[in-house]
Amino acid sequence: MATVAHEAVPAITHGQVTRDVVATLGKPSRAYVLMLLGAVAMFGVGAVTFVLLLKDGLGLAGYTPPVMWLVYITTFVFWVGIGHAGTLISAILFLFRSPWRTAVYRATEAMTVFAVMTAALFPIIHIGRQWVFYWLLPYPNQRYLWPNFKSPLLWDVFAISTYLTVSTTFLVVGLVPDIAAVRDQVSGWRKKLYSACSLGWTGSDNQWRHYTRAYLYLAALATPLVLSVHSVVSWDFAMSIIPGWHGTIFAPYFVAGAIYSGIGMVLTLLIPLRRILKVEHLIHGYHFDNLAKLTLFTGSILFYAYAMEYFVAWYSGVKWEQTTFYMRALGPQWWAGWTMIICNAFVSQLLWFRKVRGNLTALFVISIFINVGMWFERYVIIASSLSNDFLPWNWAVPNPTWADWGILVGSFGWFLMYFLLFARTFPIVAIQEIKETIPMPRKRAGGHH
Amino acid sequence: MAAVRTGVLGSFVHVDAATDAIRALRRGGHRDLTVYSAAPNHEIEEALEQKVSPVRLFTLFGGLTGCAAGFGMQYWMQRDWPVLVGGKPIDAFPPMVIIGFELTILLGALASVAGVVILSLALKPTKGLPFDPKFTDDRIGIFVPCAPDQYEATGGLLRAAGAEEVRHA
Repeated sequence: MATVAHEAVPAITHGQVTRDVVATLGKPSRAYVLMLLGAVAMFGVGAVTFVLLLKDGLGLAGYTPPVMWLVYITTFVFWVGIGHAGTLISAILFLFRSPWRTAVYRATEAMTVFAVMTAALFPIIHIGRQWVFYWLLPYPNQRYLWPNFKSPLLWDVFAISTYLTVSTTFLVVGLVPDIAAVRDQVSGWRKKLYSACSLGWTGSDNQWRHYTRAYLYLAALATPLVLSVHSVVSWDFAMSIIPGWHGTIFAPYFVAGAIYSGIGMVLTLLIPLRRILKVEHLIHGYHFDNLAKLTLFTGSILFYAYAMEYFVAWYSGVKWEQTTFYMRALGPQWWAGWTMIICNAFVSQLLWFRKVRGNLTALFVISIFINVGMWFERYVIIASSLSNDFLPWNWAVPNPTWADWGILVGSFGWFLMYFLLFARTFPIVAIQEIKETIPMPRKRAGGHH
Repeated sequence: MAAVRTGVLGSFVHVDAATDAIRALRRGGHRDLTVYSAAPNHEIEEALEQKVSPVRLFTLFGGLTGCAAGFGMQYWMQRDWPVLVGGKPIDAFPPMVIIGFELTILLGALASVAGVVILSLALKPTKGLPFDPKFTDDRIGIFVPCAPDQYEATGGLLRAAGAEEVRHA
C-alpha cells in the first residue's frame, strides 16, 4: 500500500469537514453490517457462556490449583489496558497541543469507554456470586460492615469506576458541539434525536468561553488519572509477595504496556474503519505515522521492562524469583512467554523504519501482533507466577477450558458491537477539533499575529 | 427559556471581517453581542475582550469536596469498623491516598461539567435568540440586539465590515 501524504493541516474547508463526517452517519455499507453481525454473534457466545457459569458455577472455567486467577483476570487487565490509549491521546496530547490527535481522538476515546465497560464486566464474572457484586461498594448495611480500604482490589473498584465516569464525561463533552453540527445538517427524526442530544448547543461565544476552559481542566484532571489507573491495577499484583509480581517497576511497566496495547487496538480498529466510513482524507498517513512512533516508544519501554525484570530476578539472588523467570522462558508454558516477548519487544522495533510506519498493511499486521502479545503478557504474568509459587509440590500447569475462551470471545463481541454502533450513530471524527486546525478564510492576506 | 429578542443577525465568511465588525459594534456601544462559530477562535475571543471563565471555581470546589469526602469517608468507616490488616494502623494514611485521589479527580471532573451546564446552558441559554444552522458549519454569526429604529445603522455597520448576509430578527 502506498504511503499517503504527511501533513498536519488537511487541505479541506470547514464545510467539507462537516459534510464528510455527517456522510459517515448515512446508510451503512455491506462491510459494516457484516462486521456488526459478527460482533453480535461473538457477544452471543459470551452471553451463553455467562449463563452457563451462573447456572453451574466457576468450576466450568479452567482453574487448576494453585492457579485460581487465569483467563478472566488476564482479559480484565487486557481491556483496562486497551482503555488507556484513548485518554492519553485525548487528554495528554491535548495538553501538549499535538495537532495530529484531532482526527483520531474521538475514535480512541470511544474505544476507551467501551474497553473499560468491557473490563468492568470481568470482576463481576470472576467473583462467582455475581448477584452480590455490590458488596464491593461502601454502602450502609445491616451487618455494620465496611469494605477493607487497604485492599488493592477495593482501590481498583474506585480507580476503574472513576476512570469510566471521567472518560465517559470527556467523550460526551467533546461530542456535544459535533452533535449540534450534525443536528443542523440532517432532517426528520434524526434532527429530533440530535437536537435532544446537543443540549441546546449553538456555538455561542459564551458557550465556547466556558466549554474550552472546562475541557482544559478535564484534560488536566484526566492526565494523572490515566497514569494512576493502570498503576492501581498493577498493585493488584505488586502488593502481594508472589514471585514475579512483587516488583516496584510494576506501575510504570503496566502503564507503558497499557498505552502500547491501547494504540495497537486503535490501529486495528482505525485502519479498516477509515476505509469503511470513507474518511481516508481525514485520517491518513500523518496520523498513522505518529501513532506508530508512539507505539515504538512504548514498545521500547516494554522491551526495557522485560529485560529489567529478568535482571532484577537474577540480581536479587532470590531463588523463587529466579525460578519464576526461568520457568517463563523454559518451563512448560515457554510458548506463552516467548509469544509475549516476540510480539511486544521485538515486533515493535520494526517501527524504527519509515517504510514500515508508512505502510498501512504492515501497521495493521503489527497491530494484531501487539494485541496478541499484550493479552499474552497478562496471561504470562498471572499464570507463570501462580503456577510456580513457594511450594514446588503444589506447582501445576493451568488448563483453560471452553468457558474461558467463550467469555474471551464474548468480550471482543461486546466491545466491537458498542464501538461499531457508536461509529454509525455519532461523529467518529471530531468535527470541531479538526476545524480548529484548519485556518478560517480571511479577506485580508496574512494570518493572525 | 430565554425571552425572544429582536435585533440584527449578520453572517460572515471571513474571520477578520467578523472581528472588525465586533470591534466596531463594541466601539458603538453594543456590548451584549452573541457571536456564533463552529469552533472556538482566539481572534473572536480577543475582539470580544472575554474574561477567563469562572468554571475553574467549580473545578476547584469539586476537587476539594472529592478530596475531603474520600479521606473523610475512609477515616470514618475504618474507625467505625476497625479491621487490623498486616499490623498496619487502623487509619493508616498512605493507603487512603489512592481513594482520596480518585474521588478528587471524579468530583473535580463532574463539577467542571456542571459548571459549563450552569454557566452557559442554564444561566445564559441561547434558545430564543436568532440563529442559523450555517453557524455550526462554516460561517461566523453575530447577533446584535437592538431596537427596530437601529436596524438600518447596525445592518450597515455589519455590511461595511464584510458580512455576506444581514437580516433583521
